[in-house]
Amino acid sequence: MHPVIDVQGAVKQYGVGDAAIFALDGVDLQINQGEYVAIMGPSGSGKSTLMNIMGALDNLTAGKYFLDGLEIDTLDENALALVRGRKIGFIFQSFNLIARTTALANVELPLAYQGIKGKERRSRAMAALKVVGLEDRINHEPTELSGGQQQRVAVARALCTRPSLLLADEPTGALDSKSTHDLLDLFDQINAAGRTVVVITHEDDVAARAKRVVRMRDGKIISDTVNKSVSK
Amino acid sequence: MSFFEIIRFAIRGLNSNKLRTTLTTMGIAIGVSSVIILLAFGNGSSKAVQAGIEKLGTNTITIQSNRGGFGGGRASASRSASSKPLTVGDAVALSDPIKAPDIKQAAPVAGANTTCTFGTNSSTPGSFNGTWPAWFEASNTTVAKGTYFTNEDVTEGRRVAVIGNTIVTDLFTGVNPIGQVMRCGGIPFTIIGVTEKKGSNGFQDGDSLVVAPLTAVQRSLTGYNNLQSIVVQAKSAKVQDLAQTEINTIMDAQHKVKNVSNRDYRTLNQASLLATTSSSSSVLTVLLGMIAGISLLVGGIGITNIMLVTVIERTREIGIRKAIGAPKRAIMTQFLIEATILSLVGGFLGVIGGLIGSHFKIVGVQPIIIPSSVFLAFGVSVLIGLFFGGYPASRAASLRPIEALRYE
Ligand SMILES: Nc1ncnc2c1ncn2[C@@H]1O[C@H](COP(=O)(O)OP(=O)(O)OP(=O)(O)O)[C@@H](O)[C@H]1O
Ligand SMILES: [Mg+2]
Repeated sequence: MHPVIDVQGAVKQYGVGDAAIFALDGVDLQINQGEYVAIMGPSGSGKSTLMNIMGALDNLTAGKYFLDGLEIDTLDENALALVRGRKIGFIFQSFNLIARTTALANVELPLAYQGIKGKERRSRAMAALKVVGLEDRINHEPTELSGGQQQRVAVARALCTRPSLLLADEPTGALDSKSTHDLLDLFDQINAAGRTVVVITHEDDVAARAKRVVRMRDGKIISDTVNKSVSK
Repeated sequence: MSFFEIIRFAIRGLNSNKLRTTLTTMGIAIGVSSVIILLAFGNGSSKAVQAGIEKLGTNTITIQSNRGGFGGGRASASRSASSKPLTVGDAVALSDPIKAPDIKQAAPVAGANTTCTFGTNSSTPGSFNGTWPAWFEASNTTVAKGTYFTNEDVTEGRRVAVIGNTIVTDLFTGVNPIGQVMRCGGIPFTIIGVTEKKGSNGFQDGDSLVVAPLTAVQRSLTGYNNLQSIVVQAKSAKVQDLAQTEINTIMDAQHKVKNVSNRDYRTLNQASLLATTSSSSSVLTVLLGMIAGISLLVGGIGITNIMLVTVIERTREIGIRKAIGAPKRAIMTQFLIEATILSLVGGFLGVIGGLIGSHFKIVGVQPIIIPSSVFLAFGVSVLIGLFFGGYPASRAASLRPIEALRYE
């Protein structure tokens, strides 16, 4: 069986000449179906860059990326939209909710683009919001929500399509320890249901929930270890 | 995703930023209505000028001396050795019904340059005409109050006068002018009538006018040898060309003209005056059209500006939508529908505003709408709205989601 994520010799370069920055500088990473991976590393080490590549949101300067055996670079716009909408649930570091649009409408959006209509769409969005504990805030717009609440709306939006691959860029950055705990429990459940979860984090206790920890520095992977503490 | 759903998205998009929506719609509406109103104003004023000239009478032909100088009295030999001034005899000859069957009547005009006073008030008439009663009909001038002077007044040389409204307001505020005596160049004239208001024909005030019997004016003000013009009235506008030929035949004989390219008189008719003014007022329309075009352009830049200012926000939004699986086509359709609704609603409001605005007189001119300007203004603004609403969206929709999210 081929891996869900297969990154080969990935290079991402910003700028040219003396100003060139290699956000990714030769990254190889394979993640199999059902894995729970934490990516750690200092700020600016290229974690978000790698995550955007894995989410089919950005392209590489050099190297190859296969998602479920499909080479992302070769897909056309329609195929990319399908991959992003159905396979991947992406949680951004900076939430990226649509302004002046209610929490419910934000969560419904990916379902709408999949052609899911009316009642079913609404009930699935409501269910996802309930999971993140925001059922009493469904008609609030992003500016009327706290940072942690916005983050939870973003999580609900990523979950409502039931993606097989969940990519989360510091999903607990704006959460208190209780909410963090709840969210991590949720990730555990999702992972237990056989879905692949990749989480970027700075926090050791978040990484401790993952089964595998990948550490990055200066655009390179410096260690890739199985997490012994989770082997209970 | 259904088309209906995309329309709902577009409406929600417009609804979610009401200020932007309102400003853009207003920008388009103002652009459209100002173009319509400005062009209607230009059209209306040129129509008003034409109507003013038509009021002067389109079947009138004016003969003037070609001897250099206005009255022809300052004889200059430069034109022709045998040149003669216009005479009362010419006018009599032109009135001959056998030689000139298409001429209804002719009236000689002696023009005086003088100032009239009444008490301490004074007024300098734009034209002070000594003439025959026939002049009134030939020049399409009617007396509104009082009476015309008669042929007897002319033969007797009575110092009576018919005056225009401007003279009335200058000299006789609060006084009934009929029966009063004003002094023109020191000579007393008794007012017997006031002409109907003519207004301005665009060049001169038609109401700054004094008309008196030819003999009285010649005797006391101008002398006998310098008629300013002869006003001829054709029987109808249709036979104007025939009348013109008869005038030339009679005048050539009267003045012993040997070479028709070197006549000592010339003729002017209202039809040719009308042609010049209508071409000059079409210049006015073109000018206003240019102003309107500029206002459309400025309006267009305004629309573009509003659209572009929101492009950063919209580009980020497009990035988010793409990241969660929106197909490019759905995004494009949504943004094009938004731009279409904005442009159409704005254009429609602009047309309504233009139609309403054109009902009001502007500096006394009733605007008359040019139908094609409505379509032009509407079409151009809708196109501008569509282009500047659609183009940035299509550019953003082609970006990778991460590029769109970072856009600034
Ligand atoms: N658009 C860009 N243009 C230029 N350089 C960029 C761009 N995006 C990222 N970089 C650079 O690439 C490097 C990696 O950035 P990245 O966002 O992947 O870091 P990160 O590991 O996610 O950091 P953090 O933990 O702070 O989120 C950084 O040095 C950053 O400055
Ligand atoms: Mg990051």
